[in-house]
Formats: sequence, C-alpha cells, structure tokens
Amino acid sequence: MINIFNYVDRPSPIHRLTGATKLVCLLLWTFAAMSTYDTRLLIAMAVLSLILFRISKIRVKDVSFLLVLMTTFMVLNNLLIFIFSPQHGVSLYGASHPVFRITERYTVTQEQLFYHLNLVLKYLATIPAVILFVCSTNPSEFAASLNRIGVKYTIAYSVALALRYIPDIQKEYHEISQAQQARGIEMSRKQNLIKRLKSASAILIPLILSSMDRIDTISNAMELRGFGKNRKRTWYMARPFRTADFIAMAVCALLLAAAIVLNVVNGSRFWNPFT
Amino acid sequence: MKKSPVKTIVAIGIGAALFFVLGRFVSIPSPVPNTNITIQYGLLGFMAVLFGPIAGVLIGLIGHFLIDLSWGYGIWWSWVIASGVFGLLMGLAGTRLKLGEGEFGGKGIAVFNVSQVISHLICWVVVAPILDILMYAEPANKVFLQGLVGGAVNIVTTAVVGTLLCLAYAATKPKKGSLKEEK
Repeated sequence: MINIFNYVDRPSPIHRLTGATKLVCLLLWTFAAMSTYDTRLLIAMAVLSLILFRISKIRVKDVSFLLVLMTTFMVLNNLLIFIFSPQHGVSLYGASHPVFRITERYTVTQEQLFYHLNLVLKYLATIPAVILFVCSTNPSEFAASLNRIGVKYTIAYSVALALRYIPDIQKEYHEISQAQQARGIEMSRKQNLIKRLKSASAILIPLILSSMDRIDTISNAMELRGFGKNRKRTWYMARPFRTADFIAMAVCALLLAAAIVLNVVNGSRFWNPFT
Repeated sequence: MKKSPVKTIVAIGIGAALFFVLGRFVSIPSPVPNTNITIQYGLLGFMAVLFGPIAGVLIGLIGHFLIDLSWGYGIWWSWVIASGVFGLLMGLAGTRLKLGEGEFGGKGIAVFNVSQVISHLICWVVVAPILDILMYAEPANKVFLQGLVGGAVNIVTTAVVGTLLCLAYAATKPKKGSLKEEK
C-alpha cells in the first residue's frame, strides 16, 4: 500500500519533537497565518517555515508531488479571485493605483497585486508547515497526541481507528471495483452522469455493507475488552515532553500573539502601505 | 435496542476512513475538464442518519481534515467545518427516520432527500462561504459561486448515492413485525 500521509522517517530535531507538540504548533501556526494579512509577519513566517524545512531534513524530492498540487491549487485560486473580483484589493485597501488595463473591469491595480502577493505569502507560510507536520509525525502517534491536548480519548480512538482502517478499506474498494468492472459496470466518460453515479453505487453498496459488519466485529471486540469503562487511557505511542517541545510551542504561541497584536495595531487584518 | 457508545466510536472511525477513501481516491470524471465529482457526501448522509448527529459531525470533521492533510494544500478550516455541519444536520434529520430498524420506504426517501438538500444549501451556500470571507477575506462573489457549484454537485451525488445506500442497507435488516406465528 502506498504511504498516504507521506510520513518520512528520518532522524531530525523536528522528528524528535513529540506528536502532541507538533499538533499544537500546527494549530497555532495555521491560526496565526489564517488570521493575519500583515505582509511583514507573513514574510517572517514563510522564511521561518523554509528554515524549519531545512532542519527537518525532508528533501524536496520527498514532497514534490505535494508541491505540484499546492502550486496548481494556489494558481487556480488566485486566478479565480482575479476573474471574479478584479478590484477586491481596491476595496480592501481603500486606494486605487492602476498599473495597466486589460478592459475597464479588469484594470490591474497595485492594490490588487498586493492582495495577491499576500495570498501567495499566506500559502507559503502555511503549506510548508502542514507538509512538515505530515512528513514528520508518525500517524500512530497522531491519535495519542490528540488525547494529550485534551480531546476525549474515545474520540482520539476514533481517529486512530480511521487511520488504521484507511489502507484496509482502500484495498477492499479496489477489489470490489475490479470484480464489478469484470461484470460490466462502467464509470468512464462514455456513460452519462446519472449512470456513472449508479455504477459508483454498485461498488459502494458491497463496500458499505461489509464495513457495517466490520463495525459490529470491532465494536464487539472492544466491548468485550471493556473499552470505555475507565475515564483515562494510556497510549503506547505517547512520549513525555522535553525542553525542545516547550520552546517550539512557545515560539508558535508567540507567532499567534504577534498576529493578534498586529491585527489590533493595524486596526484591521490588513497592513496597509497605500494610505 | 439501545446502541452502545462503543459502536458509535467505531462507526466514527470506520466512517471517517470510508469518507477519506471515497474523497481522496474515488472520483468520477465530470463533464467539466479537470473537475472530478466525489461521492463522499452520500456516504456521510447515510452514516449520519444511521448513527446520529454526534457521529455525523465527527465523521465529517475527521474525514475532511484527513483529506486536507493528505493533499498537503493546507487545512481549509472553513470547508472542514462545513462538512461537520452537514453531518450534524443529517444526523438530526436521521432521528426522524428509523433506518436502523430497516424502515426506509417512500416517506423515508422523501425525508432523507428534503433534509439533504436543505443541509447542503446551509453548508455550502451559507456556512462555507461566510467562513471563507471571515477567515480568509476572499471576495464574496467568488466564494458564493464556489459554494453554489459545490453544493449543487453534492446535492445530486447525495440524492443518488445516499438514497441507494439507505435502500440497500434497509433491505438487509429484518423489518419489525416481519415474523408471523405459524398456526
């Protein structure tokens, strides 16, 4: 089975942080990057995330697939925004400095370009951090981390179950799909849409019904072992916090604090160099 | 029969895994180039109706979160939350149905589809775009159009896939009062 979450096992300071730390950092980091449009902070975060990438010893080769996807997504999103709202920047920054015009509506302004620059920076600040998290956190440790940061262990266990059964379900889907195709169902472009959806259901129904049996089997097994009886649960993959963990969390908390402070100082989420 | 809490936990795990596999690997080519139609919302509707609102919220949140993580384009909290809301609304609608007891006739189909259309509209035309504007300050007309297109596609896929799943599941359950005493 392919490695769906792209976990790259390689000793590095980032890998040595506990999963819980990385999860907390990921949340703080994405919320900071999400809440601010301050160009200076976004540049700082983008640079910092590239440095972290170097430290983590993850090579570009490991994540080239993700990078291609991310770039496509970023370009498409920017294009869509420009097509739908070519003057969005003008309304955000309250000034208009035209650069050149394509048509009356599609006049390119400095403000719009600056807004797009901010959007791109936002991607550069967020995505390396997400990729870093995905590549350096063992999926088995992820569920233990959720419990560590205060999510109820029953819910953390659901996540663990999901991660455990994704490869099984993927394999089963593949088998059913081939069996049904051998019987003549078609999902290609040649069929009309409703027919295609129906053929998809012909694969789904056996998959879902067998999954229902699976749910029964697993829940019976868990119940027989007394799952859910105690209020707490220990995790094989849990690790104790070290100094580095506290430092990492403090840095990320500072970034979020900086984002909030800048939002207050700037009077809005945007840093406005135009007025 | 009362459902045990352990069963809900397992259903959330397996449901999220199914949601992930369908959303990530299974897609049907659509008439629009480079756009694929995914069918995970039909599954989410079905699972939420069967296992209740809590399972619905968590399957939507966990499944969508994992999909976003695995694509690596960042986590779009606005859409993750919208998926959770869809699961919640369908779970609430499911309390009016008795799918777990194998009842899913004409009335069931009507209730299921009316509630899925309403829930999808709430999620993709109200919740997701508004969160997009609040969180990411994107232009309103772009996010509403995205929401409308996504919502419309999801309504069609849920109508076909979700309904068929419910019918197939109900057919496997013996109906209440289906046993007769022989005389």
